[in-house]
Amino acid sequence: MSRILSSFIFLLLMAAGSSLPVQAALFHPKTHTLDNGMQVVVIEDHRAPVVAHMVWYKVGAADEPAGKSGIAHFLEHLMFKGTPTVPSGQFSKIVARNGGRDNAFTSQDYTGYFQNVAKDKLDLVMGMEADRMVNLVLTVDDVKTERDVVLEERRSRTDNNPAAQLREAMSAAQYLAHPYGIPVIGWKHEIEALNHADALAFYKRYYAPNNAILVVAGDVEADAVIAMAKKHFGPLARANTPARSRPQEPPQLAARRVIFKDARVSQADWRRGYLAPTRSAGEVKHAVPLSLFADLLGGGTTSLLYRELVVKQKLAANAGAYYSSTGLDQGRFVLYATPSQDVSLAELETAMDAALASALKDGFTAKALERSRTGLLAAAVYARDNLFTSPRIFGDALTSGLSVERVEAWPDEVRAVSMEQVMAAGRAVLDMRRSVTGLLLPENGEGK
Amino acid sequence: MRVLAKLCRAPLFVAAIILCLPHAASATEIQVVRSPGGITAWLVREPSIPLLSVSFSFAGGASLDQPSRKGTGNLVSGLLDEGAGPYDSLAFQTRLEELAVRMSFDASRDSFSGSLRTLSENRDAAFEMLRLALNEPHFETGAVERIRGQILTGLMEAQEDPDAIVAKTWFATAFPEHPYGLPGSGSIETVKAITTADLRGFMDKVLARERLTIGVVGDISATDLGPLLDRTFGALPASTKIAEVPETVPQGNGVLRVVEKSIPQSRVMFGAPGLKRDDPDWYAAYVLNYVLGGGGFSSRLNEEVREKRGLAYSVYSYLYPLDHAAIYLGGVGTQNQRVAEAMEVIKAEIARAGENGITAEELANAKTFLNGSFPLRLTSSGRIARLLRAIQRENLGIDYLDRRAVLINAVTLEDIRRVAKRLLRPENLLIVVVGQPAGLTGSE
Repeated sequence: MSRILSSFIFLLLMAAGSSLPVQAALFHPKTHTLDNGMQVVVIEDHRAPVVAHMVWYKVGAADEPAGKSGIAHFLEHLMFKGTPTVPSGQFSKIVARNGGRDNAFTSQDYTGYFQNVAKDKLDLVMGMEADRMVNLVLTVDDVKTERDVVLEERRSRTDNNPAAQLREAMSAAQYLAHPYGIPVIGWKHEIEALNHADALAFYKRYYAPNNAILVVAGDVEADAVIAMAKKHFGPLARANTPARSRPQEPPQLAARRVIFKDARVSQADWRRGYLAPTRSAGEVKHAVPLSLFADLLGGGTTSLLYRELVVKQKLAANAGAYYSSTGLDQGRFVLYATPSQDVSLAELETAMDAALASALKDGFTAKALERSRTGLLAAAVYARDNLFTSPRIFGDALTSGLSVERVEAWPDEVRAVSMEQVMAAGRAVLDMRRSVTGLLLPENGEGK
Repeated sequence: MRVLAKLCRAPLFVAAIILCLPHAASATEIQVVRSPGGITAWLVREPSIPLLSVSFSFAGGASLDQPSRKGTGNLVSGLLDEGAGPYDSLAFQTRLEELAVRMSFDASRDSFSGSLRTLSENRDAAFEMLRLALNEPHFETGAVERIRGQILTGLMEAQEDPDAIVAKTWFATAFPEHPYGLPGSGSIETVKAITTADLRGFMDKVLARERLTIGVVGDISATDLGPLLDRTFGALPASTKIAEVPETVPQGNGVLRVVEKSIPQSRVMFGAPGLKRDDPDWYAAYVLNYVLGGGGFSSRLNEEVREKRGLAYSVYSYLYPLDHAAIYLGGVGTQNQRVAEAMEVIKAEIARAGENGITAEELANAKTFLNGSFPLRLTSSGRIARLLRAIQRENLGIDYLDRRAVLINAVTLEDIRRVAKRLLRPENLLIVVVGQPAGLTGSE
């Protein structure tokens, strides 16, 4: 349970999967923009009498002021405290008393809040969400206690877990200038110093209808939802929200290595990240081809890395690659491998580099590309099956520089990718100068 | 809330009882499909998206593993899609990708289960792949060693994972002489000892039609489903002889165990004897647990531990009814310096609810949530298929979805007080702490 923190949602559009009907659109949303700038997206799905109601703010951890890491996520927690009309600590209890479930999440690029409720409760939760967009009340005690909760969250997720600590160090090394290098939950010493004024300042700066997106999916009529949105969010005033402008990466010229040895590690592990474009940032033309490249290279048990390192050479228990094409700024293409018993990371890395070189030189078969394409297209159909998936896809995309049209165009873009584009994307991205290699080792383990 | 029951006779001798599934779409119905060959599945037909989800399980899981070969069922679950029938491992996996079919298997303590998801256009081919996996798996040496290696890697990681350690220690203490005391994935030693004969032995024991329950949701008619069921599951034996897993109760009541580990946050698991799923007081216990520790942001434990004191990010409790034992479990993670305080607060809340039950307002709120939120579970075909399977598995009845609200609404404050006295005794708790908890020393 709990207010969750997600850095990489939606690897989902990268799962394995057959051919689709030749028809472009995916979710067929209806959209509207309120006079105050708030965007409304409605996906009608009448299979069950329930609704997912979400508000996404175009602000995430990467928009935080210097030295205040964790404030976006901390504010997300504090948004459950209270307003003049909803007493402190009652928000989630009211939702539960109406048979609903609620939670929230923060990433580098967005902060999102949701309630899943019976459709006749939509008006109630929308009213509550609009209320806390502008009327949040925080006491000094609320802030202190909740900060302890966030510090426990950090201990659970990161400080108790050496693999998570390595990933944190790798992110910090990956980004030379861009704030994606700072963890979403924040550095411990900076979380400890966050206060009441920091939270309210961040709230006032970013929480406003013009900086928010309403996404509703379920057993509703779009026109009725838009009318309801006008009623609840329409009266809220537009604010002078600053443009999103983060420090950008300089050219990355030096490969980096991060080695973490720890007594709590019993199984060594290897990963490497490469700075990579998304559909919104960097060489955007490579983004969709790169999704296919990732699948061909390391997307499952038929992928090149798995066949080569796990099945053929037996150097790894597992090996693969993943990549998410959504992100406001440049993201990462990640390789991972877990060595077989008695295999050193050095030996594994040499074989990994040889496999990458042969993938870039020899490429993949046309049949393999078609299988990957089939998988990505089928994932889009499967995504329609879960009521709670489509609103997440839209929120993720619309807070990351994409449009509704680009979400709907995804199947067409996947269909249009050629083998040449796949290989060009792979060659552009697998550049050691833009990479960080991370080794997780037992305290007395090897390492270079 | 109305039940609409009528018996249909469809062509091909597929009999279907049709019931309204009132919490899902008003037009949704559960059909009991009985195939020409006598295999039963529950079906919800959902034509709006061109896909199909199947969920099935065989009663009898990891608890049937020989103790010295613990992890056999788990290893089987990783191998059924690694070569079967005419396909070697690579060809099988390639075929699944070409069809965009998702297939997975899982061995839990009490059952061996699986799921299949396919686009409608590949339906017949998808069922054929499942048939091959269940009836003609190869267990070829290369694949066995590869999957075994992956499991061993996971077990290596688990040796240092605080949450794995806390669970393993709790179950080992609670069930020292019973299969429930060992993790279903086994240990490094037992997994290394498993032979191909053990794998085949597990299949021969567990995969029998008398122990099979199936839920199906998607774009298919009862008429079309029946023959697919026969083809997929029909060649399995009708019944097999398996050793009975003995009934047991959790031991270690009142014991505190501390596993020293250098981490900043102690991980805690606490538990005691609970209630079986068929206990007459099940629903009272279910409502009580919601109020105490099952209700997420609304629970008493969350209020006292997280909201008021900032002692944890997550604190919870739940009923864990197994086939042969009943457990009441909970967990929390708190920095080493304050974990003793967190446990005092939790014990005090358990004692308070044990002595006084809950308030009328809490009871009313719990009922509203537990009934009102139930449809939120029915929001994908896979989730509905799993629910259909689970209702059959627990013998809850075809009308369960209607009766569920009635059963919950019937719970009285008196029922709660009765079950609270039985269930909530802080002195009974077996507590395991992994970390460096200040001021806590193990009791044995």
